[in-house]
Amino acid sequence: MKILVPVKRVIDYNVKVRVKSDGSGVDLANVKMSMNPFDEVAIEEAVRLKEAGIASEVVAVSAGVAACQETLRTAMALGADRSILIVTDEELQPLAVAKLLKAVCDKEAPQMVIPGKQAIDDDANQTGQMLAALLGWPQATFASKVVVNADKTGAAVTREIDGGLETIEISLPAVVTTDLRLNEPRYATLPNIMKAKKKPLETTTPEALGVDVKPRLKTLKVAEPAKRAGGVKVADVAALVDKLKNEAKVI
Amino acid sequence: MTILVIAEHDNAVLKPATRNAIAAAARIGGDIDVLVAGAACAAVAEAAARIAGVTRVRLADAAQYADHGAENLAALVVANAAAYSHILAPATAAGKNFLPRVAALLDVAQISDIVEVVSPDTFVRPIYAGNALATVQSADAVKVITVRGTAFEPAGEGAAAPIEALAGAADAGISRLVGRELTVSARPELTAARVIVSGGRALGSNENFHAVLEPLADKLGAAVGASRAAVDAGYAPNDYQVGQTGKIVAPELYIAVGISGAIQHLAGMKESKVIVAINKDPEAPIFQVADYGLVADLFDAVPALLAAID
Repeated sequence: MKILVPVKRVIDYNVKVRVKSDGSGVDLANVKMSMNPFDEVAIEEAVRLKEAGIASEVVAVSAGVAACQETLRTAMALGADRSILIVTDEELQPLAVAKLLKAVCDKEAPQMVIPGKQAIDDDANQTGQMLAALLGWPQATFASKVVVNADKTGAAVTREIDGGLETIEISLPAVVTTDLRLNEPRYATLPNIMKAKKKPLETTTPEALGVDVKPRLKTLKVAEPAKRAGGVKVADVAALVDKLKNEAKVI
Repeated sequence: MTILVIAEHDNAVLKPATRNAIAAAARIGGDIDVLVAGAACAAVAEAAARIAGVTRVRLADAAQYADHGAENLAALVVANAAAYSHILAPATAAGKNFLPRVAALLDVAQISDIVEVVSPDTFVRPIYAGNALATVQSADAVKVITVRGTAFEPAGEGAAAPIEALAGAADAGISRLVGRELTVSARPELTAARVIVSGGRALGSNENFHAVLEPLADKLGAAVGASRAAVDAGYAPNDYQVGQTGKIVAPELYIAVGISGAIQHLAGMKESKVIVAINKDPEAPIFQVADYGLVADLFDAVPALLAAID
């Protein structure tokens, strides 16, 4: 069983994001970029399925600027067998990415695609569901546990939902998107980072895949949210209760 | 212009987030249809019909919608999409699950988690954990949108709108619910609570988390929330998580206990009206957003707070 894992290069989660003064977006110049944390969980899950003898091959896919190669090398250092990079300088929105991934799935025929549930830059939480729709496959989003059936025709997936957890049984092929509690991703070791440099990385383009990636949404402006003014420190619990009762009037 | 809002419910009770989505629809303007898809869910349709601003309720009552699986629900919405200029759902776990499927099948973009309606084709949505607000314009024929509940006051009660039956689509048969483990609690729902008491890693254990926070929550009639660190450490169930990838809340009072205030946590609670932070570390970032900060050991401060509130 082949597993495809889409990975996204995003601003590192520790970086404090700055909105550009002209309102055109956020400042990405000289900012540390990393793999989207949910995608690290996705790679880890795919690699564990391979280590358990369930998956036969893990293929990482990314779309975007040439520098996304680094993200794919990281994915391979974490255990992906090979990578595909769809190179474009166009701004990629979730629907376009889902179409690119569908084109890759049509060629690669994976039994499972494991995207992260959302990217921490645009926070859209759409791509996995859109891909499942385009392929006509079932989806199991926000997964915290994945158990593939012995005959590999289906999987039981436990999902994090608003009231708690739910477990669904889906037929394969399917799209499973990761939540944080699915696993704890490993760190890439130096020998594995070296090995990853020799693993195959194929490049293609949206044109070669026959996908129109033109953005559907136009960003008119990006602004900083209103800053919340920090308040006061109170001396003790009595002072806190007094403020809550008499100033804020919330208790 | 007619807008379709997809109701969220458990076949018995309409979830309050639906009211916020209807309020967002009212801001866009036009007639508002509400789709109630489920099984034996007539009571939900009746509740939806009484919400102010609703023109009509469409009720698809069939076995294949009982568990609100994304595949069947999306197919139903798509089959009925032609009449609508906008399709809205709450930005809850359920809405986030099925609505992108609808958008992809309609070959349109989805606009996730809107916090403001600028015009019928232009919306504001947070990006980068709420550290930036993007104003986006859609040129698509149908605007498919999830609505951040905290940004829109819930729609109230109004005159009863008509309820019309809607034929179901065929069961896709590719997904089946095995079971649910729902957190049973007499406390208010996190996203609808007036007061939230929220705990972080400093609670130190699952036992402490419950023993320290619950008496205070009970006294205040509050919901209990948690930081990602507390959930990851197993102190609290996943559905307690407040933050960028958990629940977005904006209660009148948010009491953060032993929470340092990571960016991703602030993203989920910084719209709260009054924020209280109790933390031992005077440098904790949570104090930068707290209206009232108390530098203290939570194990002393929370019981003292409980005793001081009568």
